[in-house]
Amino acid sequence: MKAEDIKLDENKIYCRPTLLNDTTMHYCPGCSHGVVHKLVAEVIEEMGQKDNAIGVAPVGCAVFAYNYIDIDWIEAAHGRAPAVATGAKRLNPERLVFTYQGDGDLAAIGTAETIHAANRGENIAIIFVNNAIYGMTGGQMAPTTLIGQKTATTPYGRRVDLNGHPLKISNLLAELEGTCYVTRQTVHTPAAVRKAKAAIRKAFENSLAGNGTSVVEIVGTCNSGWKLTPDQANKWMEENMIPFYPLGDLKNNSQK
Amino acid sequence: MKEEVKLMKGNEAIAHAAVRYGCDGYFGYPITPQSEVLETLEALMPWETTGMVVLQAESEVASINMVYGGASTGKAVMTSSSSPGISLMQEGMSYIAAGELPALVVNVMRGGPGLGTIQPSQSDYFQATKGGGHGDYHYIVLAPSTVQEMADFVALGFDLAFKYRTPAMLLADGIVGQMMEKVVLPEPRPRRTAEEIARQCPWAVTGNPSDRKPNVLTTLELESDKMEVNNRRLQATYRQIEQNEVRYQEYFTDDAEVVFVAFGSIARICLKAIEDARGQGIKVGLLRPITLWPFPTEEISRLANRVKGMMVVELNAGQMIEDVKLAVEGRVPVYHYGRMGGVIPNPQEVFDATLSHFPFLKK
Repeated sequence: MKAEDIKLDENKIYCRPTLLNDTTMHYCPGCSHGVVHKLVAEVIEEMGQKDNAIGVAPVGCAVFAYNYIDIDWIEAAHGRAPAVATGAKRLNPERLVFTYQGDGDLAAIGTAETIHAANRGENIAIIFVNNAIYGMTGGQMAPTTLIGQKTATTPYGRRVDLNGHPLKISNLLAELEGTCYVTRQTVHTPAAVRKAKAAIRKAFENSLAGNGTSVVEIVGTCNSGWKLTPDQANKWMEENMIPFYPLGDLKNNSQK
Repeated sequence: MKEEVKLMKGNEAIAHAAVRYGCDGYFGYPITPQSEVLETLEALMPWETTGMVVLQAESEVASINMVYGGASTGKAVMTSSSSPGISLMQEGMSYIAAGELPALVVNVMRGGPGLGTIQPSQSDYFQATKGGGHGDYHYIVLAPSTVQEMADFVALGFDLAFKYRTPAMLLADGIVGQMMEKVVLPEPRPRRTAEEIARQCPWAVTGNPSDRKPNVLTTLELESDKMEVNNRRLQATYRQIEQNEVRYQEYFTDDAEVVFVAFGSIARICLKAIEDARGQGIKVGLLRPITLWPFPTEEISRLANRVKGMMVVELNAGQMIEDVKLAVEGRVPVYHYGRMGGVIPNPQEVFDATLSHFPFLKK
């Protein structure tokens, strides 16, 4: 094959999803959000849901998700995405409605909205990126920050006596009758990316089938907040995050 | 066809009127003295007839955000609550105003501050008319004084909300919410179709961008210059509303020496006091603002040129009186009579307070 031929469409084996806007992302190099955005865009495209999707963006690093994935979006107040999605989905039951939220948004300020939307079994998908820190505001402690982890508000490391325990909110959500699918994935290796993509697809399929609430937690990196290089951040995540937040399905009652 | 007259509570009238308006969704959380709105809607089961969604949320914070989500998709959605619950909704109200979304919020006021009392009050006037949440914004505030107006203002509120792409509030109180009166319910109209929404609300996040660019409903703009443009657009809408939508009702003002200014339930108690006074040859009248925002500033200013004084009567410590004074601009004395904590004065008390401030009325 000549160099020119490689560029031909029929010879492409991989390309940017058409729903992922060709624009510079504000995410730091090494951040997991870019990969998760790409997967969401790919899945919507592959499922043919471009003209049937409503995304609900959070407050946090993913606040600008609507700039990157070319579908209809609602930008919610901090933590309120599951309530906003409830309103949008109940009034438009045929649509694919999903939220994209971080750990502070979903597991701190929005805990009530998260738990009650899931407990009602709203037919929405929740994409939950857990990087154990508040990235957007400059690296403060999150509800999922590990014990001993240093952040701007736990400069000497998180202490149980001062700050309580990191919250495994997906385990809690898996206990609720309203959830049909709760899984924890990551995106730091090609194999992990493939699994995460399959999980997002399953969550979206569940929403369209009316099976209840699906939650896909993505354990991600925040190398800027963690003050590590992207490579070190991946290692730190493997050694510290994944033992505490083990990967895999916490619940899978998906049915077609 | 003969009008069908029903007897019901103001809160029930709101529920019936919402279904008949063709409201798409109601999201609410129980709180006294307005729980009958949600109760009546659940009993009416409109999802079986018009397809209207009714959902009891986990909190007022959730209800208002469900409204935000539904309104973003171009649907006619509403919530109702009472004072402490409305406080919880202020974040969402700010977002809905900033997002230029039509929505209807009902506040059946009770006495505050804090948990306060479940008895009627009008102490959320400041919160309702000055914004309430963060940022520079307003919304249309309608003040019903009868059960009939409770029913009629649902449609009026929605229509104005859609006309100007702004939230509207029905600011009632526990008296109008709880009392039973005769009411003629509005004629039912169908809910908007998807095609009508697409045509009337091209901004709506319908999730079906097939023949347009995707719509994004966001209130965030980090560039100051652009955010100021957004603010100027909101302010321009507010000036339009102020120009076009001031509503009020006058009673016996033509020859009045002293004019009462009162809204909602207390306006009716004032009217009784005025009728009694008129029976004694005392020339008093009433201006009842129907829209609290926009406020009938011009009409009050006109009245200030020909009356000897104004008497503002409210179920609060003195809130609307500030707007009356701004309209009067010191030309005539403006006094306040207010009761708090759920206490409702009788017409005689209102009259006595008025005479104490304006002794010349005693012939």
